[in-house]
Amino acid sequence: MDIIEADNLSKSFGSFKAVHDASIAVKEGEIFGFLGPNGAGKTTIIRMLTGVLTPDAGSAHICGIDIGRHPLEAKLKMGIIPENGTVYSDLTAEQNILWTAKFYGMDSISRKKRAEEILAILGLTERRNDIVRTFSKGMRQRISIACAIVPSPPVLFLDEPTGGLDVFSRRLVLDTIRRMNKEGSTIFLTTHNIEEANELCTVISVIDKGRIVATGSPERLKKTFDTAKYVEIAFDQPVKKEWLETGGAFRVENHGDKWRLYTDDPDPAVKFLAALAEREHLKIISVATSSPTLEEAFVHLTGGA
Amino acid sequence: MDPRLFIRSVLLVAEKNMRIYYYKGAVVIFGLLFPFLMFLTFFIGRNLNLVLFFPAFLGMMLFFSSSSTGPLITPWEKREKTYERLLSLPVTLESIILGDILAGALFGIVITTIVWSAGTLLLHLPLAHPLLLAVTLILGGFTFAALGTLLSSPAMSNPSNVMMVSNLIRLPLIFVSGIFIPLSQLGSWAWTNEMSPLTYLVDLFNGAITNNAVYSPVMDIFVLVLVIVAFVAAAKLIQQYNLSKGI
Repeated sequence: MDIIEADNLSKSFGSFKAVHDASIAVKEGEIFGFLGPNGAGKTTIIRMLTGVLTPDAGSAHICGIDIGRHPLEAKLKMGIIPENGTVYSDLTAEQNILWTAKFYGMDSISRKKRAEEILAILGLTERRNDIVRTFSKGMRQRISIACAIVPSPPVLFLDEPTGGLDVFSRRLVLDTIRRMNKEGSTIFLTTHNIEEANELCTVISVIDKGRIVATGSPERLKKTFDTAKYVEIAFDQPVKKEWLETGGAFRVENHGDKWRLYTDDPDPAVKFLAALAEREHLKIISVATSSPTLEEAFVHLTGGA
Repeated sequence: MDPRLFIRSVLLVAEKNMRIYYYKGAVVIFGLLFPFLMFLTFFIGRNLNLVLFFPAFLGMMLFFSSSSTGPLITPWEKREKTYERLLSLPVTLESIILGDILAGALFGIVITTIVWSAGTLLLHLPLAHPLLLAVTLILGGFTFAALGTLLSSPAMSNPSNVMMVSNLIRLPLIFVSGIFIPLSQLGSWAWTNEMSPLTYLVDLFNGAITNNAVYSPVMDIFVLVLVIVAFVAAAKLIQQYNLSKGI
């Protein structure tokens, strides 16, 4: 079942077409990554999916509920961490969570119990009664996440949830996303952090200049754009590029103290390099073969944006 | 749309506003001190009948207290970046607007009721129509809280700019609304008063407290209800436009 459905969403700001005919289908239980460079239209799409922005054309359904026609009912099914949205800094951590929980109709006992549980998960129990204004960016983001997950929503939208966070906060946020997914929430995540998308997501859509240019699993995306592999090697002494070019690689590149030989089949290339080392009395420091990374796929799909 | 969900969202927006914004310095200055000092400046040293002017003073208190915070809430939220979070919660634009108005109205009604109670106890003021006074307080609170919310609607994120525009609109109103010159004594200048919604509120207070109204209460109430509808509709249109433009 598609728990998030967007059909031909379009949005313009003046003459600028921010999103062009975007269609998305996210299955229940997925961690869906929405990847794109800055200004590609990720936030505009998430705003339309969450009812913050009205599309010029198209429609979006959350758990089968049309967000345009029944915004309150649809929003009850989701928790959201907006990109720029922070929590109320004049309220305490706990007040922010409890106030948010009221919107979802949780009774007083469940609200308090859930708030305690979430504060513990996010390592904020000791700061529960402190005004958020005194919190660091990472702690504020954790409160933002706490507010989003307090109703245990079927769908969780996260717009750049780890942007600008330190390593500890980032890890905590990612762990919380995984935990929420295990507990049954479908995750819709926008990011321009490729590593993060690769690490977390089961399905990724790549958006560029307002258009969705590819959708698939991270592995599938990596394979679809290029079948080429490369062998990366470092010697103990400088070598001439011409020596390496005789080995059948269709491209040879120098990366610092390493050489990268692009080839469709790494096996003959490795054998050639071993023979070269023997012939020229070179010592191999390191050698590795590699497939294209998600980053390379992303750069390819977005035209190097 | 489930009406219970809608009402809940309105109440929660109002609760948030009451918790966060009604303790701010600007609210105390522009909502309470400003009208009080203004009236004292006008009244002290002049041989004026306080009973005659007290309804107008109440009108000014309700006007300022109800409309003092509304203009600041949305700009504050946009500046603090909490507005997007609010929009992402189970709310609609209508529930945010009505929640803002409800909080402003409650604040104004409570403050003005305290001022009226104190005035009645200390000055032994009359009360001609208690029910009409209650209606006046409620209607006046909502009218000028709606004005406050309308003033917050243009896409400004700097509260001091909003305050400047807000005062530019609010201050002239008190001079053309029968506060410092009773409506009954305005004569040929009465037409200027008819343009201001505050006139009808002051007239209602006059009718409720001293039974000295110029217009009929039905007309005053009708005008204020009309003004509320117009302010809410205008606020919604402006905010909807801003949202569609992403601001």
